[in-house]
This record gives sequence, structure tokens and C-alpha cells, in this order.
Amino acid sequence: MSAEAAALDVDRIRRRNRRRRRAAVAARYVLLTVLAVIVFFPIYVTIVNSLLTPGQIARRPPTLFPTHPEWSSYSKAWTQGNLGRYLLNSFIVTTVIVVGQVVTSIAAGYAFAFLEFPFRRTIFVLFLATMMVPFEVTFFTNQATVVALGWYDTYLALTVPFLATGFGAFLVRQAFLAIPPPLRDAAELDGAGHWRFATKVAVPLARPSIAALAVFSFFGAFNQYLWPLIVTKDERLRTVQIGLRYLRGTQIDQINVTFAGTVLAALPLFVLLLLFQKHLVRGLTAGAVKG
Amino acid sequence: MTAIDLPPERVAARRRNRARKRREALLAYLLISPALVVFAVFVFYPFAKNIWLGLYRTPPFPGLPKRYAAYDQYARVLTSPEFRGSLRTTFLFVAMTVPTGLLLGLLMAVLAHQKLRGIAIYRTIFSSTVATSIAVASVIFFTLLNPQVGLLTYLLGREGEPSVLDDPRWALVAVAGVTIWQNLGLSFILMSAGLQGVPDDLLEAAEIDGAGAWGRFRHVVVPLLSPTIFFATIVGSILAFQAFGQIDLLTQGGPLRKTNVIVYAMYDAVFRQNNEGKAAVLSVALFAITLVLTLIQLRLLERRVTYER
Repeated sequence: MSAEAAALDVDRIRRRNRRRRRAAVAARYVLLTVLAVIVFFPIYVTIVNSLLTPGQIARRPPTLFPTHPEWSSYSKAWTQGNLGRYLLNSFIVTTVIVVGQVVTSIAAGYAFAFLEFPFRRTIFVLFLATMMVPFEVTFFTNQATVVALGWYDTYLALTVPFLATGFGAFLVRQAFLAIPPPLRDAAELDGAGHWRFATKVAVPLARPSIAALAVFSFFGAFNQYLWPLIVTKDERLRTVQIGLRYLRGTQIDQINVTFAGTVLAALPLFVLLLLFQKHLVRGLTAGAVKG
Repeated sequence: MTAIDLPPERVAARRRNRARKRREALLAYLLISPALVVFAVFVFYPFAKNIWLGLYRTPPFPGLPKRYAAYDQYARVLTSPEFRGSLRTTFLFVAMTVPTGLLLGLLMAVLAHQKLRGIAIYRTIFSSTVATSIAVASVIFFTLLNPQVGLLTYLLGREGEPSVLDDPRWALVAVAGVTIWQNLGLSFILMSAGLQGVPDDLLEAAEIDGAGAWGRFRHVVVPLLSPTIFFATIVGSILAFQAFGQIDLLTQGGPLRKTNVIVYAMYDAVFRQNNEGKAAVLSVALFAITLVLTLIQLRLLERRVTYER
């Protein structure tokens, strides 16, 4: 084979490879787009339908683009559907639970990581054991407890059972244990007490884990369904997830309001997703290790 | 040696040391007590009470005394056709949702892993369903499946027919579909995080060795990702066994109890049939299932740790 022929051959192979690579990239985009449509179609249709009139929603073939968006469904969902109040309740409950879980987890995690006390191992095992008992196992007995305590239809019922988790304490303890001992010794030599060491060294160093815990508990608390359903009846205490249950049953002439309501209910987490994608990933993956 | 034999300054030091230790223990108990109180009241007490409740038959009318039934109630509930039906439904639900959800999540993660133009948009779309709670997802699909005006009813060609949610053959499939969709975001995020741990140079080496896309996936990605896949399977199954919201919002356990998963059956037993005893037995069964899955998970965790070190 002559030199020119060989060069030509190499050239042909190179061109073929390039063509193949381009075809592979195109195929990848096609697959990506098909999946994206599957994932996003229900969300897209919900947004579109929330901007149509009930008459337009019923029209066939269906309208897939709102030429004259009708925003009144949102104000109706907010006021008549009372979603403003429900969202506020969800935020109150979620904030209390997140703050409570972070505080109790830091406190317990600190004790398990840095303090000596009798029965430390036994109590730590008890903390871990709580992860083995899902809330779905005990919900109705806890409901009876809440009723007996006179907490039915109160914010106490919605929050107190979730102010501590074994998972949170475990996560923070692990983060504390990862702090190099020399740092602790240095703090001790400086005469720093527990409070100073915790606030100036331990907690700041454990911040990634604490943020992950906060994100994870935020999602859990905001999305709760079964528990608020069985411990509240009063509309003034209704969370947004339960509000959706009532919105679901509306008549067809209000169906655009139902769609608007679901958009409003999903919006807070969607904004959080866009703002804190990194933290979110860490929080959700940390949470997934939990049993 | 007794304390009397020691020089006075060492006695004092020892005493100071003991006092310091006592103070440290006191502080520790103070720090763990809030969590312990919550656990005692809302985890350990109800758990023990459920086991005990299972031994007593709930009276047919409130106000009558509970009757001790020993293990009779456990045996009776656990062998009842209703429980077996519910268990079958729950296992079917888990089998329909978990593998499909994971595979789709894995597929999306692999496709979105490479650096391509516009990939950030795809990533955001793929994770978008984490923003939808189970209630949001259920209400969206409930409305889209409305027998008169629902868009999905139209696309499925079922206009003028009863909703799929009222069809005994399709109700569970529909509920599973909604659940899979709602979990896609989480599944994608988990799998993407797992993929971050697959070194790029390994994939490049495989490519240079002539491995195609499928070969790289099958022989490099899957083995390296297997811990993530195992974990996601176990955790996903545990969560699927706890499904409730989608059932309550879409089918209320019907039609013909075809979607009466175990947690919904518990809810139904307590709040509709006033039968705490039955719910207690079901709760113990759910706990046993969760325990088995958790033990499998711990086993895998142990093995993974020993392999890595």
C-alpha cells in the first residue's frame, strides 16, 4: 500500500469515526429529550391548564398552549381555596420541625461525640433503634396519644413528634467525630469551655452535614400527609398537602383552580430546588442512607 | 491504697476530677434528654403499645372492655384473606414501582452525565419532580384522569368510560405510575450522585479498549454503582411499603380493594372500622417487613465497608 493510500485510509476512518460520534451525540439528545418530555409533560400540562378556563380545558382536541392566559384561577386558589393560609401553616410547621431537629441533633450529637457519660453506648444504640421503627408503624397509636394529651387540632400535635430524629443525631455525631483531635486539644488548652468549642469550632466544621440534615428534614416536614390528616380537622391548622385533598374534590367548573392550587403547593420546593440544587443533592443522598 | 495515704494535694485533685466527670455526665444527659423524651413518647411507647394492642380484641362498640385474645388475634388477622390480599397488593406495588423507578433514574443519570451543550437544563428537568410531594403528584394525575375533561383520559382513549382509577384491572397500575413519576427526581439525583464516584479515566480507558456505550455501562458503570443501586433498592422498597398518600388521594383502597396497601388498610381499620386491634397486628407485620429490609441493608453496608478497607 502506498503512503498516499494509507493516509487516505486514515482520513476515511477518521471521518467515519467523527460521523459515528456525531450520530451518537444526536441519539443521546433524542433519548434525553424523550425522557425530559415524559418527566415534564405532566408539570407543563398542569401549568397550562391552570391558565385556561374550564371550558377551554374540556375542548377537544386539547389546548396545549394558553393564548389568553387566565390568571384568576390563582387568586381563586389563594383566597377561596384558602391556599395562602395553608401554605403559611406548612411553613410554620416546617420551620419549627427543621429548627427543632437541627438543635436536638447538634445537642445529642455533641454529647455522643465529645462527652463521657455512663450508658453512652446503650443510649446511642437506642437512638439508632428509632430508625428501625417507621412512623407508619406507630401513627394511629401516636394519634391516640396526641388526643389524650389534648393536643388534637394544635400546632403541638403537628410538630412535637418530629422534633428529634435518631438519623439527625447520628449524622451530626459522625461529622463531629471527623473533627481532628488536635483541634479539640488546642481549644481545651485555650481554656475554651464546651459552649465556645461547640459554637466556634465544632458546629462550623460540621456545617455541611447540618445543612444536609436541614434540607432533608425540610422536605420530610413540608411533604407530610398522613400525620396532619389524622391530627387536625380545623381548617385554620390545615397544611397545604391536606388542603390539596380538599381542592381535589372541586367541581369541573373549578378545575383550573385545582391546577393552580397544585402549582402553588409545589412552587416553594421548586424555588428551593433551583436555588440550592447542590445542598439538596447532598441532603437527599445523605437521607437515603437512612433506613 | 486508700485516700488517707495520699498527700492532700492529690486527694484534692482526684476530688476535682470526679466532680468534673460528674458535671460532664450531667451536661451530656441534659443534651440528649429532649430527643430521648420525644423518642420515649412517640417511638418506643407506641411501638410497645402496638404489640400489646395486638393481643386484645377491640370491642365492637366503643366503651365495652377490650378482651384478651392472646395470640389468637395475630393468627386470625394474619391468616385472613383480607390481609393476604393487602399484602399481595403491597408487594405488587413495590415490585411495580421500585425497579422501574430505579432503572429510569439510572438511565437519566447516565445520559445526563456527559458534558453536552444544554445538559444543565436536562438535569434540572430530571430532578424537577422532587419538588412535587406525593399529594401534589396525586392531585395532578387525579385531575388529568378526570373521566370527563382529563387530558390523560383523552390521550388514553378512555373518554366516556369510567376512570382508570375505578377500573379494578388498572387502578394499582395507575397508582404505581404516579408513584414512579413522583420519585423520578429523587431516583435521578441519587443515581447521579453515585455516578460522580465513577472515575472518568476508567470510562476513557474502557473506551480506548474499544468498549461501546453499552459495554462501558454494563462492565464499568453498573459494577461500580452497585452499592448505590442496592441502597436505592432497599430504601425505595422500605418507602414503597409505607405508601399511603397516593392511595388516599387516588383510590381510597378501591376499587374492590385492589389498591388496599398495608398502611391504608391500617388507616381504614382504625378510622373507619374502629378496630385498633387489627391495625396493631398489621403494624407489627409492617414493622417485621421493614426490619428484614433494614437488616439486609446493614449486611450490605458491613460487607461494603470490609471490602473497601
